[in-house]
Amino acid sequence: MTHARQRAALGTPAVVLPPALIGLLFLLLPTLAMLVRTPWSRLGAIYRDQHVWAALRISLESSLEATAASLVFGVPLAWLLARVRMPGIGIARAIVTIPLVLPPVIGGVALFNAFGRKGLLGSPIHSVLGQDLPFSFPGIVLAQVFVAMPFLVITVEGAFRISDRGVEEAAATLGASRSRIFLQVTVPLVLPAIVAGAVLCWARALGEFGATLLFGGNVPGSTQTLPTLVLSVFQRDPADAPALALPLMAVAVVVLVGLRDKWLRPIAS
Amino acid sequence: MKPALTLAVAATALSLVACSSSAKAGGGGAASPSKLSGAITVDAASSLTEAFDALKSQFETAHPGTTIKLNYGASSDLSTQISQGAPVDVFASASEKNMQSLGSQAVGAKDFVSNTLEIAVPPGNPAHIGSVTDLANPGVKVAVCDPAVPCGVVAQQVFTNAKVTVQPKASLADVKSTLAAVESGEVDAGLVYVTDVRAAAGKVVGVPIPNDVNASTTYPIAVLKGSTNAVLARAFVAYVQSAAGRNVLTADGFEQP
Repeated sequence: MTHARQRAALGTPAVVLPPALIGLLFLLLPTLAMLVRTPWSRLGAIYRDQHVWAALRISLESSLEATAASLVFGVPLAWLLARVRMPGIGIARAIVTIPLVLPPVIGGVALFNAFGRKGLLGSPIHSVLGQDLPFSFPGIVLAQVFVAMPFLVITVEGAFRISDRGVEEAAATLGASRSRIFLQVTVPLVLPAIVAGAVLCWARALGEFGATLLFGGNVPGSTQTLPTLVLSVFQRDPADAPALALPLMAVAVVVLVGLRDKWLRPIAS
Repeated sequence: MKPALTLAVAATALSLVACSSSAKAGGGGAASPSKLSGAITVDAASSLTEAFDALKSQFETAHPGTTIKLNYGASSDLSTQISQGAPVDVFASASEKNMQSLGSQAVGAKDFVSNTLEIAVPPGNPAHIGSVTDLANPGVKVAVCDPAVPCGVVAQQVFTNAKVTVQPKASLADVKSTLAAVESGEVDAGLVYVTDVRAAAGKVVGVPIPNDVNASTTYPIAVLKGSTNAVLARAFVAYVQSAAGRNVLTADGFEQP
């Protein structure tokens, strides 16, 4: 075989290129169309009239709180899944994936049954504290934690699994307590994965729609997030809806840039 | 993972193709004006659910071989879907605005019923709601429809008429969602149509709103320009407006416009 023929054989096969380009265009076109149809000249008026700033503030606050809560509970949970060897840990891992495979709107229904006024846990909360979680700001944070925390747990679990145990053993030899090793040795070792998991979790929380719409109530100024506002605006003034996508697309760009080492580089290179 | 995903995409695409071709076959049209056949899709405001379910079965019994496919939702949602080309033959809207926004796609719309609001509360009325004014009390959890949908527009008119400012806890996608929030006991009260309270008898209790405070909305119905079975579509619209149709609607609490 000559070099030229070898190159030809290893080049792009004819059956690959057309479907690959169509696939790429298909992924690009909707976003592009939305940008083309964004009413740029009325942007200011739309943002003022459609409660966009309030929704953006609620979206940012709730998603950051949801990410914080996910870190507090999710990192220890990830450690448990990665390090504990005992029967039943597989079931625990399956539990973590429930919100990933459940349609978010079903997540909303599930949250009502758990934390609603007549829910398993919501009912005692209602009778003791007189507080209800549905249709409240804490309710939307709860919905976001439910759908977003698994992204963090799974990302961090993988890192705990492959992190260097030698350093931990050295710390133990020097007399450090188990909790101190966890906080001062293990967690710093997997910090890049925690950051990546937190960004994923935050992006998921920010984009959460189904559970938030159902469990949150979509009231402007109190429980209306940017994604649920898009629904209301699309019902009212469909032409204005593309304008609302801009802040969320900006977030998508931030996430892509932040995680470019993880996603945008080919694995083999 | 990847082959599975490809398969899933392919299956979705196939089912979409299958759906659209069956819709075309279903809309094949009537053989002659006297013998109705085929299928039509009727988009109706969610408040019409019980009435149109009954009208559908009566109509299909009277005309064997016909199929009325019903699709319920917020009128504003349905209107958007129709304007975006959804294959729909008849539209029954809970407000004239959502019909008018269709422009030339819906000519000759006729008002066929009107509806007013009522306060729905869970059985036992835990928050002791007696009037619209009570809804403004702090601590009372109220659900209304999103202001984008007709029942939300009427709810705002009622609040204006009663000169109260109500901070709703939930602003929901359509009137049946608002009713569901009351039924499940998640809120203390919801503003829904008189007809919804009647349809959910036993599961919610109605607190009537006096005429001087109440507001109403008028429901237009039209055969859409894009209908592929206009003969059947016109026959169904005529049936809704017939004496038999009116009986069903009145029994559910709708008023004549």
